[in-house]
Formats: sequence, structure tokens, C-alpha cells
Amino acid sequence: MEKRVFFEHRLTPYLLVAAQLAITLIFFIWPAAQAFYQSTITQDAFGLSTTFVGLANFERLFSDSLYLHSIEITLVFSALVAASSLSIALLLAAMADRVIRGSSVYKTLLIWPYALAPAISGVLWLLLFNPTIGIIAYALRQVGYSWNNFLSGTDAMILIVAAATWKQVSYNFLFFLAGLQFIPRSLIEAAAIDGASPFKRFWTIVFPLLSPTTFFLVVVNLVYAFFDTFGLVHTTTAGGPAHATEILVYKVYRDGFVGLDVGGSAAQSVVLMAIVVLLTAIQFRYVERKVVY
Amino acid sequence: MAEIELNGVTKAYPNGVVALQKVDLKVADREFLVVVGPSGCGKSTLLRLIAGLETLSGGHVLIGGRDVTRLEPAQRDIAMVFQNYALYPHMNVYNNMAYGLRNRKTPKPEIDRRVRETACILGLETMLERKPRQLSGGQRQRVAMGRAIVRSPAAFLFDEPLSNLDAKLRVQMRGEIKRLQRRLGTTGVYVTHDQAEAMTMGDQLAVLRDGRIEQKGSPLEIYRRPATAFVGGFIGSPAMNFLDGRIEEGGRKLRVAEMFSIVLPGAGLPEQEGRNLTVGIRPEHFKINGNAASVELPVELVEPLGGQTLIEVLFGKKIVTVSLDGAIAIKSGDRIPLSVDPAQLHLFSLENEVRLDCIAA
Amino acid sequence: MVEHRPWLTFIAHAVLIFGAFILAFPLWVAFVASTQSAVSFNQIPMSLLPGGHFIENYSAVLTRGVASAGAVPVVTMLMNSLIMAMMIAVGKIAISLLSAYAIVYFRFPFRKTIFWLIFITLMLPVEVRILPTYGVVASLGMLNSYAGLSIPLIASATATFLFRQYFLTVPEELLEAARLDGAGPWRFFRDILIPLSRTNIAALFVILFIYGWNQYLWPLLVTTDPNYYTIVMGIQRMVTVADATPQWQLVMATVILALLPPVIVVVGMQRLFIRGLVEIEK
Repeated sequence: MEKRVFFEHRLTPYLLVAAQLAITLIFFIWPAAQAFYQSTITQDAFGLSTTFVGLANFERLFSDSLYLHSIEITLVFSALVAASSLSIALLLAAMADRVIRGSSVYKTLLIWPYALAPAISGVLWLLLFNPTIGIIAYALRQVGYSWNNFLSGTDAMILIVAAATWKQVSYNFLFFLAGLQFIPRSLIEAAAIDGASPFKRFWTIVFPLLSPTTFFLVVVNLVYAFFDTFGLVHTTTAGGPAHATEILVYKVYRDGFVGLDVGGSAAQSVVLMAIVVLLTAIQFRYVERKVVY
Repeated sequence: MAEIELNGVTKAYPNGVVALQKVDLKVADREFLVVVGPSGCGKSTLLRLIAGLETLSGGHVLIGGRDVTRLEPAQRDIAMVFQNYALYPHMNVYNNMAYGLRNRKTPKPEIDRRVRETACILGLETMLERKPRQLSGGQRQRVAMGRAIVRSPAAFLFDEPLSNLDAKLRVQMRGEIKRLQRRLGTTGVYVTHDQAEAMTMGDQLAVLRDGRIEQKGSPLEIYRRPATAFVGGFIGSPAMNFLDGRIEEGGRKLRVAEMFSIVLPGAGLPEQEGRNLTVGIRPEHFKINGNAASVELPVELVEPLGGQTLIEVLFGKKIVTVSLDGAIAIKSGDRIPLSVDPAQLHLFSLENEVRLDCIAA
Repeated sequence: MVEHRPWLTFIAHAVLIFGAFILAFPLWVAFVASTQSAVSFNQIPMSLLPGGHFIENYSAVLTRGVASAGAVPVVTMLMNSLIMAMMIAVGKIAISLLSAYAIVYFRFPFRKTIFWLIFITLMLPVEVRILPTYGVVASLGMLNSYAGLSIPLIASATATFLFRQYFLTVPEELLEAARLDGAGPWRFFRDILIPLSRTNIAALFVILFIYGWNQYLWPLLVTTDPNYYTIVMGIQRMVTVADATPQWQLVMATVILALLPPVIVVVGMQRLFIRGLVEIEK
């Protein structure tokens, strides 16, 4: 879609885009290009000499068991976060769609965690799960599970999954609710006249009609779990214990900033870029499908 | 106050579509010209070219004798009323009217005086503080008019301004616009696809088709002597009937649809002897219980409108619409005798659809 | 609902109340912790009822900060966060409005190219270009400054697309009417387009303010001077204390202070917030 009428000024449009363009080029395109370049070089410890090494950094990366482990961890973490936050949110949205009285109060009570930074969510759960004083850790001890997220990799993973899920439920809830309210009432009524029970109606009519929303949310949740959870990991487990929660975005930071491995970190950046491009492409396919739908 | 002149105006779009083809048109000072035609005939483009909202591919536009072809819309001293009114949704009625004056650096007291004066003319005095969405369709229409009037431009341009109103309001507003234009004496160009609007409002009418002007003249001139079959069919409601005809007996007689013959007025059309042509008869020109030349036809459908009754009769293989006085009792299945005054026949050439006039005796 | 089934409605309410309770529980515990004294954390399990040290703890963090986190008063960090969030939100909106205006209302060479360049930023979050971006900011001397905290983040493909999308729905006749009324590009932008975009701007502002406030990795990279710490990243230095137990009552007081502004914005401007969220993802 394009405008039929427009201004015929030569210089003005360039003035208008100048700021956006400058920031895009200086802080986005140029660093990204550098990441590509740096991924093909190595530097000595003092950064004095650089050597072109081609794809060696990538070869090193994909033969590094820690990196492969990090990929695995990221996939497990993302899948768990997406699955749990989506199912909890869907349940809540389906219930909120049913109730009439107090629906706006419920909405308010369920959306506020969206406002929290993942890092803050991490600290909240860190206290709850704290092996000595945490309430949940205490409750688990009472039922015979000795919780310690500082020593057990599984416990640490559960901690970050819980914190990441808890924060993301609000977002998914809002979109599921909007999706549910978008479904024409007459369809539900037709199904009811056809004798379908509320439960059956949900799975045979509502859920299939909700599939565009669900698909979209899956992608968004994956992006969230992949890239937005850096702060969460940094404040709670710092990738530990023993790399058990070292997800990709955390590793790229650690190797680059703490480990000062320029080439390796840049190669990781390039891999991450490929992941974003892939997820964005999937998302845009979805947008096209929505148009057809 | 100014006259508008288009000389050889052509508009071709980059995709090759030619919207207007060498149009010459003159609107006299204080005249209200209605440009009418089916959708896609180029009438809106014509108006937008006068306004300067689109650039010409060829030709010149003159307003008040000044060549404005290369001027910005704001420099042309014209005002336009849009189909969807294009009122600024976030400004109240006052500011909608004042905006153009402010941009022209008109002094504040002057703006205030003119806005209030215009509001008074349009009966909008009590609505000045309202936003467009708080107004009815008719009121919005008036604000759009007000925005044009307040600038006292050389000319008004109207782009189908009544098409978003309901039927009753449309009739009312068309009278209002006409009265207003008379009173202000400003030159106006009004674009519409509605022939009733065109007939009732225009001092002059220009019928546009496929980017060319088919005919220009006063509404009655065009109604009485349409220059082409297209104009005949477009102007007048219900629409003109078209039948096949043939000239016989040295041009003196017209054989219609192989069913009956009519003696042509004057010397007839001797040059068309033996040739086929198109016969146009307006529904209202049929007479029932006519003279010896009448022909009996079966009634297919009766549509009583109260004052008049439209009936559809089978004329050979063709359905013909006839408009009769509402008092006449007819039911479908009846056979009625119909005749036509030869002077009210419209004859058009088959080749180029151009009007053929009988030679005076 | 379609038919009357009281028990289903009852279950729905029960599930929603339970859900709201689970979501609120961590916040309640944090608040309780923020009102305890240091020694009360020796009691296990910790109390679920507020203690009596509310004023003491909050005034301590607000004015003196926490020693392990460079002893920056939380007031300073709140200010820094506010400045950063405002600069990011206002900056993103401003440059996105301008560039969307150029893209929609003008035809000029490289228009498509520029559009795609802006689009690409969608695929380049800070997380994937950490080191080189840090390098650029460092070489421009923007470390430890508000400019460094905000400017690199204010390019925005989403905001640009949102405004572009909106501008495309603005009737063309408005521009034509404005031109007949003698308005040039700047006037049209200022008098017509911006006022029309008000709701969109406000909705976007809510989302972007939260986005800016919650930045974590970026302030972590570009600030080494505690006076530029933002509150969200500052908390990390309170939690991860080498060989010591964090002072939970102070950490949690800071957490509450850090989450309050964005939560107030979301709850207080719920309608705008939901609108903004849905618009952005369209």
C-alpha cells in the first residue's frame, strides 16, 4: 500500500530520516558488520596482532563441547519456558473469557508482571528458592527434597525456568484473551446448538481458531527465552553451577567480556544473528498467513 | 471571482492509463458547472488537476486568466469540498475553518470575523466548539462547505460532496449548495456521477466519458438534444430506451424495431435512406391511447411510484420502460396502445453514436 | 457464556483467583522481606507477615545504598533509570515518527533501501552484537554517560513500522485539504499528523518506557561508574556478593522500588498499554 499523494521535496525526506539512519548505521549495521569480520580473525592476548583465520573460529565453536552443551541448555530452557508459560496463560485466558463479573479486576491482577524486568523476576525467585531462607526451598525440604540451586544444575535450571515463565504468563495471557474475544460468538453458539459440551467446544472449535495466535506466541516466547533472559541468568545463577544454566546469550557475554575471546565471541554473535533471522522469517511467514486466514 | 479555462489538458499515469485526453473546457465567471459521468470517466482527475493536486501531462489550466499549471494548490486561490469531507478530526469546527486562513497569515481578528460570518451563513454558530465526530452527516457537509467559503476563493471545487449522505438529506443539501453558490456568486465546478444532481444543480453541464467531453450545455439543452447516444442514455431518469430503426421512403419514414413506422418531422433524413440507426425514446415521451400510429404492446411489469407509474412492455424482443401518469390503472398482462411524438425521437448513427437531426421542411 | 452452568463459572473464578495469587506471591514475599530486620532472616522459614523495619530499610537504601553495590543511593539509580527510560522512549518515538513520515509521505531515491536498513535492526538486538557495539560506544567516548545509555538504543524498527502503518490509514484527502489550506510538509506534520497520532504515541510511550526502564545488559556494558548505574542492573551487584549472604531486606527494598514505576505505569495506563502491545505486534 502506498500513498497516491505525496510531497515533492528533495531534501526534506533525508533530513527526516537522518537521525534514525545515523543511529542504525553507527550502532547496528556497523557493529554487526564488525562481528562478521571479527568472527574470521584471532587476536593475541593483548590485542596487538590479529590474524585472519577464515572459518576456524566457527570450527572451534562447534567442536567445543561447552558450546554444544550451551545450545542444548538453551533449547531445553526455551522449550520449557514457552510450553509452561503458554499453557498456564491459555488456561487463565480461557477462564477469564468465561467470567463476566470482575473480569477487568482479574485482568489487572494478571497483567502486572509484564512490567517487571527479567532480572527483577530472577531476584524475586532467587529469594523464594534460596536454600537456607527461601520459602519454596523450605517447603521442598518438608516433603523430602533437598533443594540447592547453587549445587544442583537441575535445581538451577528449574529456578530460571520458573522465574522466566512467571514473568511471561502476563504477556501470553493478554494475547490469548484478545484472540479468544476475537472468535465470533455465533460460532460457539452454533457448536452449543450442535450439542458440544463446553470442554469439547474448546478443543474442537476454539483452540483451532486460536492457532494463529498460538503460533505467533510460540515464536515470540522463543525469542524471549533466547534473548531477553540474559539479566535473569546474570542475577540468579550466573550460568552455573558448572555451566548448567549457561544459555547462549550468557555465554556470548561471558566469552567476550569476561573471557576476552574476540573471535570466539564474534562467531557466537554471528550464530545468534542467524537464529534471530530465522525466527523473524518464521514470524513474517506467520504474518502473511494471517492475511490469508 | 474568476473564470476557469482548461486548454488541451491531458493526464496520463505512469502505468499507461490515460485519464484525460486533450480536454478543453471553459467555466464562465460566476457559473456553476457540473461535470457528470460514470465512475472512471476521469471527472475526479479533472477536478484534482484544476486544484493542483495532480500534475498535468499536457495542456494548461487558467484561473482568472492566470496560468496556474505549475502552481501549488495553495497558490491557486481555490477551495475544495471533498467526498469524505476531509475535516481535520482533532480540530473543532472553528479551527477546521480557520486553519487555511492561519496558514495564510491572516490577522487574528479578521479570521475570527470571517469564521463567524461563515458559520452564520451555514447555521453552524452553535457548533463551533464541536469536533467533527460529534456532528451529523449534514453538519459535517456544512463544515466542509464552510472551510471553502471562509477563504472567499476565486472558485469552489466539489468532489461528489453529497454521495455520503442519505437520500433525503442529499436532496436538501443540493438545494442548499446551489442557493449558497448563487448568493456568493463564486465560480464552481462540481463533479458527480448522479445525473439528478447534475440536472438540478448545474448552470452548465459537461458530460464526460473515457477522458473526453461528450457534450457541454445547459441541463435542458442536454436533456432535449443529447449529442450522442451515451449522453442520451446517461442523462434522464428513468434512462432512455434504445431500439433499432431503419430509414425508409427517401428519409421520410422511420421503421422502428420492424414493428411500426413513424413519419419523421420536416424533410426527415434523406441522406440516411435505407440505413440502420439507433432510436432513442425517453420513457416519459410515450403516450397511451394515441393516434393512428399507435402500436399495441403487452405489459410485462407494473411499478407504481404513486405520482407516476413505470411499466415495462415487450417491444419485439426488447423490454422498454414507459413512464405514465400514476392515475392510469394498468396491470401486467394488459395490452396497451402506445405512440410517440416524432419530434421527441432521438436518432443516433450506428457507427459513431452521434446525433442525427431531421432536416427542416 | 452460551449456557448457564454455575459450576463452570465457579471453577473459572477459582482458577483465576489461584492464578492471581501465584503471580502475586513472589511480590508479597519480596515486600515482607523488605520490612524485616537483618537478623530475622535467621528464622526459618521466614515470616510471611510484614515486619516493622519498613521505614528503616527503605530510607537506608534510598539514601545510602548498599555497600556491596558501590554504595550508590537508590535514589540516584532511580533517577538514572528514569532519565534513561525517558530518553529512550522519547527518542525512539521522535525519530520513528520522523522517519515513518519520510517513508510514507515522500518519494525519494533510496527510500526502499532506507526502509530495509531500518527493518534489519529488528534482527540485531544488543545481545547478538555485544562486543563490537561496546567498541563503537567506547571509541565515541560515550561510556558512563546518559547519551551512551540511551542513544544506541533509540533506533526502532517496530516504532517506525507502527507509525508507518498508522500513517497509511490516514485518509489521503486530509493531506490534500491541508495542501489547499496552504500547509507545507512541516506544518502538515505538526498540525495534522502528530495530533492525529496522539493515542498511538501515548500507547507506544507506555511500552517503550517499560522497555527502557528494564534495560539490563546495555547499562551493564556501558557503565563502570556507579553514579551511572541504573536500578535494574544495580540490583545484580547487591545479590551477587562474593563469600557473603546478601542483605536480603535491603535487596528486596530495592527490588520493590525498582519494579514499582513500571508496574504503576502498566496498571495505571492499562488501556493504553494493551493497545500499544497489540499494535506493536500487528
